[in-house]
Amino acid sequence: MPGAVWVIAEQWRGGLSEVTYELLALGRQIADDRGAALEAVLLGSGVVGLAESLGLADRVLYADSPAFAEPVGEVGSRALAALATERKPTVVLVPITNVSWDLVGLLPARLGVPLVNFCMDVAAVGDGLEARCLVFGGKMEVRAVPESEPVVIGVLPGARRADAGRSTKRPEVEPVAAPAPETCGVRLLGYEEPEAGDIDITQQEVLVSVGRGLQGQANLDLAEELAELLGGAVSASRPAVDMGWLPMTRQVGKSGMLVKPKLYIALGISGAPEHVEGMKDAALIVAVNTDPGAPIFNVAHYGVAEDLLEFVPVLIDKVKEHKS
Amino acid sequence: MAQASVLEIPDLTLDGLLATPAGRELLSCIQCGTCAGTCPYGDFMRYTPRRLIGMLREGFIEEVLSTDDLLTCVTCYDCWAKCPRGLRLTDVLLPAVKEQVLLRLPEVPAELQSALANTMRYGNPMGESPRKRAAWVESAGVPVPILRDLGRPVDVLWIVECYTAYYPRGQDNARATARILHALGVDFAILGNEEKCVGECARLVGEKGLFDTLREQNAATYAKYEFGSLLTCDPHAFDALAYVYPALGLSRPVDHTTPFVAARLDALRPLLTKDLGYKITYHDSCVLGRHNHMHDEPRRILDALPGVSLVEMTHNRDNTICCGGGGGGMWLDTFYKAKGYPRLSDRRVEEALATGADVLAVSCPYEVPRFEDSLKVLGGDDRMVVRDVMELVAEALAD
Amino acid sequence: MKTLVLLKMVPDVVEELEVAGDGASLSRDFLRLIINERDENALEQALILKERHQGTVTVVAPDAPEVDDVLYTALARGADRVVKVTGLEEGVGSAEATVTVAAALSSVAGLLPVDLILTGCQAIDDLDGLVGPLVAHQLGLPYVGIVTGLDVHPGGMGRCLREYPGGVRGSFELDLPAVVGIQGAEKPPRYVPIAKVRAAMTSGTIETVAGSPPGALPLRVVEMKKPEVAERAEMIAGGLDDIASRVCEILAGRGLL
Ligand SMILES: Cc1cc2nc3c(=O)[nH]c(=O)nc-3n(C[C@H](O)[C@H](O)[C@H](O)COP(=O)(O)OP(=O)(O)OC[C@H]3O[C@@H](n4cnc5c(N)ncnc54)[C@H](O)[C@@H]3O)c2cc1C
Ligand code: SF4
Ligand code: SF4
Repeated sequence: MPGAVWVIAEQWRGGLSEVTYELLALGRQIADDRGAALEAVLLGSGVVGLAESLGLADRVLYADSPAFAEPVGEVGSRALAALATERKPTVVLVPITNVSWDLVGLLPARLGVPLVNFCMDVAAVGDGLEARCLVFGGKMEVRAVPESEPVVIGVLPGARRADAGRSTKRPEVEPVAAPAPETCGVRLLGYEEPEAGDIDITQQEVLVSVGRGLQGQANLDLAEELAELLGGAVSASRPAVDMGWLPMTRQVGKSGMLVKPKLYIALGISGAPEHVEGMKDAALIVAVNTDPGAPIFNVAHYGVAEDLLEFVPVLIDKVKEHKS
Repeated sequence: MAQASVLEIPDLTLDGLLATPAGRELLSCIQCGTCAGTCPYGDFMRYTPRRLIGMLREGFIEEVLSTDDLLTCVTCYDCWAKCPRGLRLTDVLLPAVKEQVLLRLPEVPAELQSALANTMRYGNPMGESPRKRAAWVESAGVPVPILRDLGRPVDVLWIVECYTAYYPRGQDNARATARILHALGVDFAILGNEEKCVGECARLVGEKGLFDTLREQNAATYAKYEFGSLLTCDPHAFDALAYVYPALGLSRPVDHTTPFVAARLDALRPLLTKDLGYKITYHDSCVLGRHNHMHDEPRRILDALPGVSLVEMTHNRDNTICCGGGGGGMWLDTFYKAKGYPRLSDRRVEEALATGADVLAVSCPYEVPRFEDSLKVLGGDDRMVVRDVMELVAEALAD
Repeated sequence: MKTLVLLKMVPDVVEELEVAGDGASLSRDFLRLIINERDENALEQALILKERHQGTVTVVAPDAPEVDDVLYTALARGADRVVKVTGLEEGVGSAEATVTVAAALSSVAGLLPVDLILTGCQAIDDLDGLVGPLVAHQLGLPYVGIVTGLDVHPGGMGRCLREYPGGVRGSFELDLPAVVGIQGAEKPPRYVPIAKVRAAMTSGTIETVAGSPPGALPLRVVEMKKPEVAERAEMIAGGLDDIASRVCEILAGRGLL
């Protein structure tokens, strides 16, 4: 049986990230295809409970130590490299997120093994692997084959549905002693919460953006409720700012902020070039506009040609339904 | 009345400029303050031309150069037009001082910075692909020959310029112009993807190195071909080509589309058959209007359109109100807003709305987005549309 | 304080990218290269630290088309030395270039040791490795990435802020020398008027060192193609309820719900 497929479970502030389950779903498929075991590896402090929720894995290796309480690349990469050297997994899946990004670079460097980055999908092909990756800012898709194993794979969020990575099964859970380095030159002193005052829309993963089609400040509640449900913030086109509905810090566009969120919902925004300049690189753009010919639909991925005042309340209900 | 004319000493820095007799004449100001009084941003500008010259004379220039105050100048040519000494403030003194400001500025406003960097790298301030510069031609509806492909001399080389080539509403102007040139049977061509920004706004905002680079590149491109004259839809490009490029040896007649068409109205008139039924008010742009005094040409054209009535705004001709987009103002909106300055285009559009006209006619490509946006903010977009004079002419042409 | 900045050129996606005849690499016909945006921020942060604490900033970059312009611009911005490492063929992937550059560092007189090595925490062509971690590992130095604020305190201790999700930033202490992957400088990269760049082109020098790239690549690209992108949005039609459900499905599919 070939060496195990590893999924590096992402733990931050007491919880597991959704992306962990996406990686489990992907890892399950690779492991099954090559007849290997799927192991989730979790570093943390007091994380036995979390380990047990990773039921899609055959086994969960968890290292419990105050040293692993916070995800610090220097610490985690040393512990994981030592563990991998001992256990010899052949494939190590690491999520591409702010939490895990340093691991994506450090782990293959420490192990001296290849990295395949920006992966959307990985398949077992013959004895080896083939990865589909998005490079050059999503402008090209490549199929890449690592020349040797073990290999570390940086996986983009959304490779699989998180639902497919959940299981009610209780996995075999194995505590492991991963070495926590005494000193690694890097110490996390603490976290700084986002400053009170206005939010920085360039830092948001989800933006619900309003334009003149919102018709008045009174309707802002709708956008705010939707944004809150999606874990994001409200941004705006320039006229919406000029009319005083929102402060200037929320303006997207040429003379506002350039934003690249994972999701940009444009409500009642026509898609003037000055606006589009600021948001065209968002990963997913959904536009709601009564005018099916509005230029915003030239940059959006999905379009809804409906009155936003009627549509958004329905959408809010559906999102709530989905979440419960 | 001040007259636009060729710059004899365009290559000098501020120091060099002030060392020449012509340059020192710039200091012969009588400190009357007309410039400050007439400046649309005079209430917000610390170093108005009057104070600037005062500081220069007293040797306190570093104080001026170490602030971003002069970015407030939108090169509207108002001070230039009204200065009783006829000093070349807007086109000579202010750019030379701004050049020194830009060299010292610790932080160039982000929007301006990206426009300048884009112009250097891509030849247009929007950062669009140079390979798409002529993409609009496909939708022109009439053949628009590219000079390189044509392989023969042409009468008129049309410099389309950035906003007209790339900006969706600017392309409406480009398509209209192409149709009109065809209707007139003009032997013309464009440079296509070889064209680059002419650079006048870079020059007026003080980015002289960028302007020089563009001018060298463009002059080399133009020199590859044979053509009779230059034509452009952009007043800023017109100014640069007519008054600044000649110092580098480019001496070909230059025209702007508005005077060009006005001069050919007799040939065009029989073709203008469609009744437009518009009430139009015309906005004189600072450059075409105040700087070049081309006030009658656009009005003659509009008068010739069937079913059109013209109304004037309070401020017209040499007294026009600046749209705020010149000399880098196009990329300083946030900078001005953060400082609490009013948006000049709003003032202009308020005046336009007050005429009761349903079309605001313009002849500068910057004005279309500026005025359309102001109409939205002021809630006047249900009553008035903005159209370039060329768009209106093309609309009146028989299909 | 001595700071080293590692820069590299990446494909400029303003221009349409095309696939070469081999079906597995970029066509060079219309390809233009541009400085990796985060590397430019790394340079800015280095210059900010130089202004604050004195010292020198040296820039090292693998040779590539248009890299000279970038290096002269770096001089105009305030870098003290610029070095380019030749002998590399640029392509997708960073591992080879990084290893080559890291190996060449020791062959440039007076370059090492340094107090800080700054580079972008990511580039759009980082298919097979990330520059910062690879260099840190090679030189045995600590690494932190996604950094948006960095300063050096008396006693040679570094302090930096690293981005975590939701606007939270981790505050780190670093033993120097260290390698830091910059996400954004404290302020946007400064503009230098072209006149200054032109002056740097006539008076500045780019030092050149020959690198020796490693032979075998760890990763083989077997195919490259443009992802299918729709010209226009896919319009979702139906009753409001159906549309809302479909939108939820799409969001859920992307892990956004
Ligand atoms: C120099 C300059 C800089 C600029 N910078 C920026 C910038 O940074 N950011 C920016 O955004 N703009 C900027 N602009 C302004 C830009 O040109 C546009 O005017 C602006 O983006 C339009 O905003 P909007 O889409 O909200 O309004 P509109 O263009 O008026 O669009 C409103 C849209 O809402 C739709 N709508 C109406 N009612 C409903 C409804 N009930 N339900 C759904 N849809 C509805 C309409 O069909 C329409 O498409 C700038 C302009 C200039 C000149
Ligand atoms: S050109 Fe116009 S904006 Fe500039 S100083 Fe003169 S009056 Fe003021
Ligand atoms: S208008 Fe002319 S003369 Fe009067 S203060 Fe201004 S620059 Fe001097």
